[in-house]
Amino acid sequence: MKALPLSYIARNLWVRRVTTVLTALGMALVVFVFATVLMMSEGIRATLVATGQPDNMLVLRKGAGAEINSAIARTQAAVVESLPGIATDALGRRLVSKEPVALINLPKRGSGKPSNVTVRGTSDLGLTLRPQVRLAEGRMFRPGTSEIVTGRAIADGFVGAGRGETLRFGGRDWTVVGVLDAGRSGFDSEIWGDSEQMMQAFRRRDFSSMVVRLADAGDFERTRAAIDSDPRLLLEAKPEIRFYAEQSEALATFISILGTALSVIFSIGAIVGAMITMFAAVAQRVGEIGTLRALGFRRGAVLVAFLAEAMLLALVGGCVGLAAASLMQTVNISTTNFQTFSELAFRFTLTPGIAVETLLFALLMGLLGGFIPAWRAARLSIVDCLREA
Amino acid sequence: MNAAAADALPPPLIRIRALSKAYQRGAQHIPVLQGVDLDVQRGEFIALMGPSGSGKSTLLNLIAGIDQPGGGRIEIGGIDIAGLSEGELADWRAANVGFIFQFYNLLPVLSAAENIELPLLLTDLTRRQRRQHVDAVLAMVRLSDRADHYPNELSGGQQQRVAIARALVSDPQLIVADEPTGDLDRVTGGEVLSLLADLHRQLGKTIVMVTHDPKAAERAERLVHLEKGVLVAGTAFGH
Repeated sequence: MKALPLSYIARNLWVRRVTTVLTALGMALVVFVFATVLMMSEGIRATLVATGQPDNMLVLRKGAGAEINSAIARTQAAVVESLPGIATDALGRRLVSKEPVALINLPKRGSGKPSNVTVRGTSDLGLTLRPQVRLAEGRMFRPGTSEIVTGRAIADGFVGAGRGETLRFGGRDWTVVGVLDAGRSGFDSEIWGDSEQMMQAFRRRDFSSMVVRLADAGDFERTRAAIDSDPRLLLEAKPEIRFYAEQSEALATFISILGTALSVIFSIGAIVGAMITMFAAVAQRVGEIGTLRALGFRRGAVLVAFLAEAMLLALVGGCVGLAAASLMQTVNISTTNFQTFSELAFRFTLTPGIAVETLLFALLMGLLGGFIPAWRAARLSIVDCLREA
Repeated sequence: MNAAAADALPPPLIRIRALSKAYQRGAQHIPVLQGVDLDVQRGEFIALMGPSGSGKSTLLNLIAGIDQPGGGRIEIGGIDIAGLSEGELADWRAANVGFIFQFYNLLPVLSAAENIELPLLLTDLTRRQRRQHVDAVLAMVRLSDRADHYPNELSGGQQQRVAIARALVSDPQLIVADEPTGDLDRVTGGEVLSLLADLHRQLGKTIVMVTHDPKAAERAERLVHLEKGVLVAGTAFGH
């Protein structure tokens, strides 16, 4: 079937540019919401996935799910530490970090509103095991002291958490001696101090988790089998990447579902808007439709022309909405992660996949909004069209 | 005309037999055409006249294949167009009929040349070939210098000449014109009619024109009168 030229379709939108722009803006707004929600969900996922390292294995109590409700006794930790297949550093030390993890409540800068913050006890190996984390300011805490370092988001976001300031928790005062840049991973939202000092301060006898660097990431299954089969352990091991991906799942999924539901409800408004615009376009061009059909263009060509017009309109709205959403990438936000009950800072992240998904969403709105008017245009009788012209 | 003479003539381009058409308005059955018989020879220029409501536009629409008859036959070039499907009829129109309308019916967002090119988009011609055809018919209607003008930048007479060029560009065997001078002043209308008559003479196109203007009708070779849906008389001018 021979189609009408795209220039005809585009110029008709241009002729009615005020209506076109207003309708496209309505669609752009919906597209903006749709895209930012996906970007938010992706940002959380990216932040938590970046928190894990491919050759690290995380060990928790069986069924714990999160570090905060896990416990590993010192005897169990010693067994794990002696397993074969664990990497060593230049000094021959096994690359294992036994970490107590606790939640404390700190007031935010500005609002003073309290929020949960994760405190992690570790050692200098904590940094070795997490190469994406580096010291941005100051120095690392010294072992055996009440010194701490804070993640960038914590240092900036919470009262007393900046370098040189003092925080009070666990019955004592802690001096912030450095600030960590964790490369937009979850560690940006944590406070790190000496493992044994944290155990004392929080009156813990057990660690929360162990991070183990495997000499060969391919050894994971064997190491896990060893842990599973040891009746003393009752622990479970996961690749660190998968652990953090699971941590992000609930929150990212919740935001996705809520956001998609909102977008769909909003999109009904935008679709109706597009439909009204397209009905007006059809009514205005009844004579043209009759002429084109008389000249020999088939019903299908008229249908396609009006559908294409609606979709082009939607694409304009989609591009505007996506452009606005891409500006959101400069915004840092933080929220409470349900799974860890602690504050998590992240960025809106726009991926090519999200851009494509967003534009397809816009085109779908155009298709749905344009279909009934285009169908009507194609069903009109030629003689009636020409008489009305 | 006796039987022997009829045999000697070539078959007519348009052969209409017992054509009828009625509209249904609520419970009311309104006959528009009743038992119309009409032959139009290849290369003939005829004018259809009659008072409003006489059915002349309906007859023209049926001949042009944009309306469906209630009964009877319309054969054009040997094809019974009433038997064609919707899509086949569209293709048939694209290949065989050129349209000239009272209000020109140019698409406002397309330039004169683009409007003229429209029927060629339904052919397999290349862009270059289309451009050549458009240039040729623009020259024929003496509007080569207005190719890139949009309809709202052209006078009524110029717009109708663009419409005539559009009707000619795909070289159809039949041109239908519905009140082609109805929206034009006498002088401009006269020019448009002269152009039509010239094209008819030079290109030998078969033209069926509906008009209520006797001056316009005189340009045709034959006049066909319709009254209340029935053919009442034919006058041959024999130019």
